[in-house]
Amino acid sequence: MKTLMLGNEAVARGLYEAGCCFVSSYPGTPSTEITECAAKYEELYAEWAPNEKVALEAALGASLAGRRSFCGMKHVGLNVAADPLFTIAYTGVNAGLLIGVADDAGMHSSQNEQDSRHYAQAAKIPMLEPSDSAEALEFTKLAYDLSEQFDTAVLIKMCTRVSHSQSVVEPGERTMPEQKKYEKNPAKYIMMPANAKKRHPEVEARTRALTEWAETAAVNRVEPGQDASCGIITSSTCYQYVKEAFGDSYPVLKLGMIWPMPEQKIREFAATVEKLVVVEELDGFIEAHCRNLGLPVSGKELFTNIGELSQNLVKERLGGTVQPGAALEETIPARPPVMCAGCPHRSIFYVLKKLKLTVLGDIGCYTLGAVAPLGAIDTTVCMGASVSGLHGFVKAGDEENAGRTVAVIGDSTFIHSGVTGLINIAYNESNSTVIILDNSITGMTGHQQNPTTGYNLKGDPCTKIDLESLCHAVGINRVRVVDPYDMAACETAVREELAAKEPSVIISRRPCALLKYVKHPGPICVDTEKCKGCKACMNIGCPAISMENGRAKIDTTLCVGCGVCRQLCKFGALDGSRDTVDNE
Amino acid sequence: METKNIMIVGVGGQGTLLASKLLGRLLLGRGYDVKVSEVHGMSQRGGSVVTYVRWGDRVYSPIIDKGQADCILSFELLEAARYTEFLKPGGRVIVNSQQINPMPVVAGMAAYPEKLEEKMKALGIDVDALDALSLAEEAGSSKAVNLVLMGRLAKYFDFTKEEWQDAIGRSVPPKFLEMNQKAFELGWSA
Repeated sequence: MKTLMLGNEAVARGLYEAGCCFVSSYPGTPSTEITECAAKYEELYAEWAPNEKVALEAALGASLAGRRSFCGMKHVGLNVAADPLFTIAYTGVNAGLLIGVADDAGMHSSQNEQDSRHYAQAAKIPMLEPSDSAEALEFTKLAYDLSEQFDTAVLIKMCTRVSHSQSVVEPGERTMPEQKKYEKNPAKYIMMPANAKKRHPEVEARTRALTEWAETAAVNRVEPGQDASCGIITSSTCYQYVKEAFGDSYPVLKLGMIWPMPEQKIREFAATVEKLVVVEELDGFIEAHCRNLGLPVSGKELFTNIGELSQNLVKERLGGTVQPGAALEETIPARPPVMCAGCPHRSIFYVLKKLKLTVLGDIGCYTLGAVAPLGAIDTTVCMGASVSGLHGFVKAGDEENAGRTVAVIGDSTFIHSGVTGLINIAYNESNSTVIILDNSITGMTGHQQNPTTGYNLKGDPCTKIDLESLCHAVGINRVRVVDPYDMAACETAVREELAAKEPSVIISRRPCALLKYVKHPGPICVDTEKCKGCKACMNIGCPAISMENGRAKIDTTLCVGCGVCRQLCKFGALDGSRDTVDNE
Repeated sequence: METKNIMIVGVGGQGTLLASKLLGRLLLGRGYDVKVSEVHGMSQRGGSVVTYVRWGDRVYSPIIDKGQADCILSFELLEAARYTEFLKPGGRVIVNSQQINPMPVVAGMAAYPEKLEEKMKALGIDVDALDALSLAEEAGSSKAVNLVLMGRLAKYFDFTKEEWQDAIGRSVPPKFLEMNQKAFELGWSA
């Protein structure tokens, strides 16, 4: 029966139908729902791993044990998993092993715009690239066959528009391949130099075999067009833009396998058209391949390598015209994302700003602490970089720096790769102060469990990593917990730990205000008699507070009554709650 | 059939995804090719959010580009104004007249533009405005704005009220079904 599925959901369906048994991933927009949807199939074991490297290595282990396995991540997650990736290329697999990676052109929810296709080429691992949900399902199943036929891991490359678009799929049944027997094979699985030297030629031979396969594969298809003045090579969501812009006018070579790419097929296609154009997002990856084949081709001189493309853009750049609707002659203020009303991170950032500290930030909802009026973060680079960076900053900086600089990192990010930085702080003895913003969930990606929450991906209770014990165990003596809703206590803690002459960790602990189980006291009331309009409450950037007729006004549909604003009011104008509300 | 396009826009957290999910299912049930493109992740945190719903004989792009939308269903006034360029000539805006100040306005760095409904009408846009927040509160919760707006949107489709209510019944938790159905009803008859 036909149904609508997100691209990510369709990959999960493909995993189910192909008899995948083991899924290990780390959440990251836009890839998260692949693993969340996979977890809904009872037949499938699925888990959140602490990070992408662990997840990929676990998936490799499952493959060696003879079960089809999967590991999903966002583009930057593949950087973390790159170490096993490049050597898995040499070991190959036992049962099929798939790696799902979702790029984020346009950076809807990412810190960079890297093009993951380069990883396929660099690591010498084949990559399939679906253009909608039906293909996401089909390619996932195909990828397992390729993985086993060619003894290689296979990358499935998604992007925001394929991952987060629902389109029509026709689900099928699950077929379970028999568990493959694990057989010892040191020459294949122990990648020390003597063995690896023998494996590398095998990898090159495999790539040649895959190139052969790509020449005739149905996933690389030519769609004829009436007008051969221009022929377009494209893939992924760009294929959809091309078809929308030009229908069947121009011949199209749609590549479903993006690495390795066919050679003869591309030459033959090029020979049938007057002008060869590549339409692809981000880097000129297919274009470079065409140039290597010696073909005259247009690509990035027409289409930007920054941000997303669209049907209008494709049409315009290839000589068509588009007609936008009427815009208001009005400046429409931007609406950037903000920390939610009641967010436990808000008050910590207020304190850090008040103390005029240098704050090394990390990846998560709390990155929004960088936005005005809080503006409390100095750096954001990648997962874990706050803690490791703080060590260097403190070591290399002057005495004053050490007393004025902190790292902030979320609970999930800390487990992902902050803890290794903390070990460095303890081991190499920098007088660093790390603040773990423990909101008891992985927030930004939409509430995923993690090793500190006490629940697993399936929602079952499980071992809960105790952050205090963990910090003590790696050698931090000073570990203290504060409630971020208590601003005075937060300020005291930060002052005291910065003053201490040894490394310390402050755990700012309160669950995300959006979690279903969290009960709130109910909206704050403004006493307009007492309010002097001083705007002190506006300095925390709460979306529920605004000014009306010179007095504070609380949006009661947003306010949950966290009471942080009340602590800033010198006139007692922000009163307690009226009634409790829950998040359901 | 030429592809039809609706953009559902609003502020992250307003529940825009439910409307696109239900509409997508109903359209698929009629045998159309359907694509629904959503936004997840960071912008959901109180930012401007857009969902695209497209249907026809064959839908290619998952997104709606400028000049393509037949209708914008907006959960907030400013968000409707932000996307008028996406409308076709003679396109329609169904808008919740509720104003939610974005952070630059809250922080006093920008002003919330005035008379947006009139200005949109002056561009030749068919503006259908309603106070969905009050109707949602009447139904029992300010969180039911999405169901009120869905009720209003439903007037422009030829699905029966029963088909909509059935789709709602399959998508919202039983605990809140009655309230949501009431909200839909209020939007439908508003």
